Amino acid sequence: MMKRFFDCVNRNRSAAMTYGLVIVFYIVMQTLASQRMLTRSVTGYLVPICVYIVLAVSLNLVVGISGELSLGHAGFMGVGAFAGIVAAACLRSFIPNDFLLLLAALVVGGILAGFAGLLIGIPVLRLRGDYLAIVTLAFGEILKNIVGNLYIGLDAKGLHFALNAEGIHMDPAGKMILSGALGATGIQKLSTFFMGFLLILFTLFVVLNLINSKEGRAIKAVRDNYIAAESVGINTTAFRMKAFVVSAFLAGMAGALYGLNYSAVAASKFGFTTSIDILVFVVLGGMGNILGSVISAAVLYVIPEAMRGLADYRMILYAVVLIVVMLCTWSPAVKNRIAMVTEKFTSKFRRKEAACHE
Amino acid sequence: MNFLQYLINGVSIGAVYAIIALGYTMVYGIAKMLNFAHGDVIMVGAYISYCVTSYLGLPAVLGVLIAMAVCTLLGVLIEGLAYKPLRGTSSLAVLITAIGISYFLQNGAQLIWGSAPKNFASIVTFAPLKLFSGRLTITGEVIITILASILIMVALTLFTGKTRMGKAMRAVSEDRDAAQLMGINVNRTISMTFAIGSALAAIAGVLLCSAVPTLQPTTGSMPGIRAFTAAVFGGIGSIPGAMLGGILLGVIETFSKAYFSTQFSDAIVFLVLILVLLVKPAGLMGKAVQEKV
Amino acid sequence: MKKVVSLALAAVMAASMLAGCGGEKPAANSSATEKASAQAGGVIKVGNSGPLTNDYAMYGKAVEYGLKLGFEEINAKGGLQYEVRVEDDEGDSEMAVNSFNTLMDWGMQIMAGPTTSGCAVTIGSNCAEDHVFMLTPSGSDPNIIATGDNVFQVAFTDPNQGLVTADYISMNYKDSKIGLIYESSNPYSVGVRDTFVSEAKTKGLNVVCEESYTSDNKADLSTQVTKCQAAGCDLVFMPIYSVEGAQILTYANKIGYEPLFVGCDGLDGILAVEGFDPKLAEGVLLLTPFDATADDERVQEFVKNYTEKFGVVPNQFAADAYDAAYIIDQACQAAGVTADMDYQQVCDKVVEQMLTMTYSGITGETMTWQADGAVSKLPKAVKVENGVYVTAD
Repeated sequence: MMKRFFDCVNRNRSAAMTYGLVIVFYIVMQTLASQRMLTRSVTGYLVPICVYIVLAVSLNLVVGISGELSLGHAGFMGVGAFAGIVAAACLRSFIPNDFLLLLAALVVGGILAGFAGLLIGIPVLRLRGDYLAIVTLAFGEILKNIVGNLYIGLDAKGLHFALNAEGIHMDPAGKMILSGALGATGIQKLSTFFMGFLLILFTLFVVLNLINSKEGRAIKAVRDNYIAAESVGINTTAFRMKAFVVSAFLAGMAGALYGLNYSAVAASKFGFTTSIDILVFVVLGGMGNILGSVISAAVLYVIPEAMRGLADYRMILYAVVLIVVMLCTWSPAVKNRIAMVTEKFTSKFRRKEAACHE
Repeated sequence: MNFLQYLINGVSIGAVYAIIALGYTMVYGIAKMLNFAHGDVIMVGAYISYCVTSYLGLPAVLGVLIAMAVCTLLGVLIEGLAYKPLRGTSSLAVLITAIGISYFLQNGAQLIWGSAPKNFASIVTFAPLKLFSGRLTITGEVIITILASILIMVALTLFTGKTRMGKAMRAVSEDRDAAQLMGINVNRTISMTFAIGSALAAIAGVLLCSAVPTLQPTTGSMPGIRAFTAAVFGGIGSIPGAMLGGILLGVIETFSKAYFSTQFSDAIVFLVLILVLLVKPAGLMGKAVQEKV
Repeated sequence: MKKVVSLALAAVMAASMLAGCGGEKPAANSSATEKASAQAGGVIKVGNSGPLTNDYAMYGKAVEYGLKLGFEEINAKGGLQYEVRVEDDEGDSEMAVNSFNTLMDWGMQIMAGPTTSGCAVTIGSNCAEDHVFMLTPSGSDPNIIATGDNVFQVAFTDPNQGLVTADYISMNYKDSKIGLIYESSNPYSVGVRDTFVSEAKTKGLNVVCEESYTSDNKADLSTQVTKCQAAGCDLVFMPIYSVEGAQILTYANKIGYEPLFVGCDGLDGILAVEGFDPKLAEGVLLLTPFDATADDERVQEFVKNYTEKFGVVPNQFAADAYDAAYIIDQACQAAGVTADMDYQQVCDKVVEQMLTMTYSGITGETMTWQADGAVSKLPKAVKVENGVYVTAD
């Protein structure tokens, strides 16, 4: 009983810390920005950092909490991005307010990505482990291949879809929203840091509530031992499905925020490489550790940018940093060695301190 | 006649996938990790072979042998420095480290050999076989690749079935703790697996670049992912499965290009993969292991 | 342990963020010192972003080298002095924006990039918003110049290339059965293909076979070639890059398929691919603005200096970038741009010049620019004979 009580307090403390960190981060950045103390590059990082935090937290729900390796998260991001871009273009004449228009685009992006998650989840969740991983990878690549060949135009009559440039028959006044390999161009940039901040809070609210709900505990039971969970009457597929769809929904919203942050976005962005990048954020931040995902997404986004001065050696050093950090955080041998060294260091320090006191 | 030509093309690229997939599957079966850096070891192998033959002017056979030696060393080194310290922790941690290694090899290759692609001179020198008055062509590379893949598969099957080391590998793959209790040196066995897998990668690199002459730092990454797909398709961990998966993937890819659409061949290949896995969730030749509480 | 790691990560983040914030001050200082030195002849800061890593690194590197060589020569002549900085955008729009912001923090006055079309479309709108003069050396999509009045191109646009090729084929090879192989994941390739196909239709050309590949499956192009052969094509048009071009030629040679291969400027550089046997390209027809083997004295000197300095033979990307350097210099000199002007002043002055000036360089004689930013120059049709280009009629 007592233990459960402390668990609860602990959990809430970690959740509170996560919310607190995000809010402090927002206030600090916003203040610095309003005082014009941020460089253009740092200001430019803010929205993508929000996007990657949401992506990392939502992927953590699948990888860390449900315990399933998904290699196609960027696919959902892509669905959300293009759905959001098309929605923003179509709804512009109905919603004059930029903030509301962005919100609507985010919701449309999220719903479409969530729907894609549902469609993909039905077959995928019948599989486990590496087979599940490869199928999510496959779906990501299929989505990329199709979107990369998709043409969408908008004119007075509505939307036109085709799989090559000749297939679009529009009024001359119509505008191409999405043109195949080039992707979407001429996007009206709507995304703001404030919306990114709100989206992070929303994501944390949804994910933390899901984790700490009765269902969340069930999901964790499924991760730790799905056979045992099944044998006590937990319907594993239903819970895994829920986590998968919620994760896709959030990734779609992040995708829409991403898509509307740039004037042009191409489908090639939403492939395997981006999925892997997001996975790196999750694993480095700690599986199932939401605060860890938030921090590692932000830090790992900034590191390669901060290393721009290294020119040709930038990416190779990023690789080295990645490997070293992985070894330091995960390897028992390396961790022991570090602990020994710090122990030696602090004990020396203490001895010195003691000597001073004498 | 075109059908036959497509089939041959498909089997040829499939055989390359198969050799890469054999490396993936061996490492997976024994070390239980997805070695995403495998594709980049292939690229290194191809570069070494290119340097030996083009810059030093040595014969192609020597190029292959030196590439195998370098890659073996590289594989053991990577395993010892990056993967071994993580043994026994989450498999995802090893996966991410493998991705780090992959970035490292790609960017290192770019620093050493530059970003401009090199046109790899084929190691096969004999003329293509022309059948049916030239309407069907079987290039020398196709013959060598197919022969090599069959040879490698048979050799691996014999090695794991008959030799002491091979049996140790199977034991480790079956149950690592039990194998250790039986006196098998698990660490040495895993290092050995990496050595063999990386030597195979060197061969795959030379054959891949003989068939497809472009050599650049990213050469290995896409075929690597395809081969990983092939290994899962055939049932990861199974040697004949990797062979079958590789060949089938190559044939499906070529046929989807030939008879459906070159524009959507990626989508078609992966769709077939998904359908197969839905029917056979452990791949074509994988064992469906019943998990127990 | 987890807590320690989280805290360490948080510390790193805070530090890097602060480093980012701190960056402002030195930048402000340096711009102040710059202003002081500008009176005594400071430097004009020119930026570029391109893929320096990943798949398209060879193109990003070629543009980087071309720009550096060009501005080095210009600086050596005395007159206006330039400083070039090239940032890696990995061929990705998001990274291109980060590169652009980094360059702006550095104090960039002129944007001589980005290298790839996709990134150039994104950055074009950034340059239009901030009013920075942008001249992309190699970006060829018409959407790039549509982003703003201050955005210009050196390479001719994709539709232009498709149009000229269709014209050329209909004049010289009207009755041939045409096969088309293009990269469906590459905007440049798709752009040329789209106009070519629609123009071929109006001109009554006989396109019998249309095949594509993506950057993910370009490892194996044998099926596409076999399909063209099976369809009986005697002319294969490939609006693609030289690397895949070399792959196709090698395979076609192996199976004994010998149609007339026709390419665009992307195919240029095929003779310079290391290890490629130029014999395989014999008879290939190219529409290109630049020819590394041409007799022209300037071209010869450029190729010699470039090869000496960077150890590779320049391709058309490098030549376009080299021209971009001289175009910028010519415009700046004529407009009386000085290093102490801010980027908006530079932009106004240079744009005015661009619309009236004529430039002759290694990728074209008497280039002029239209108000929309497109360059008017015509590609030359060349044929590979005995391993070198000769002018085709």
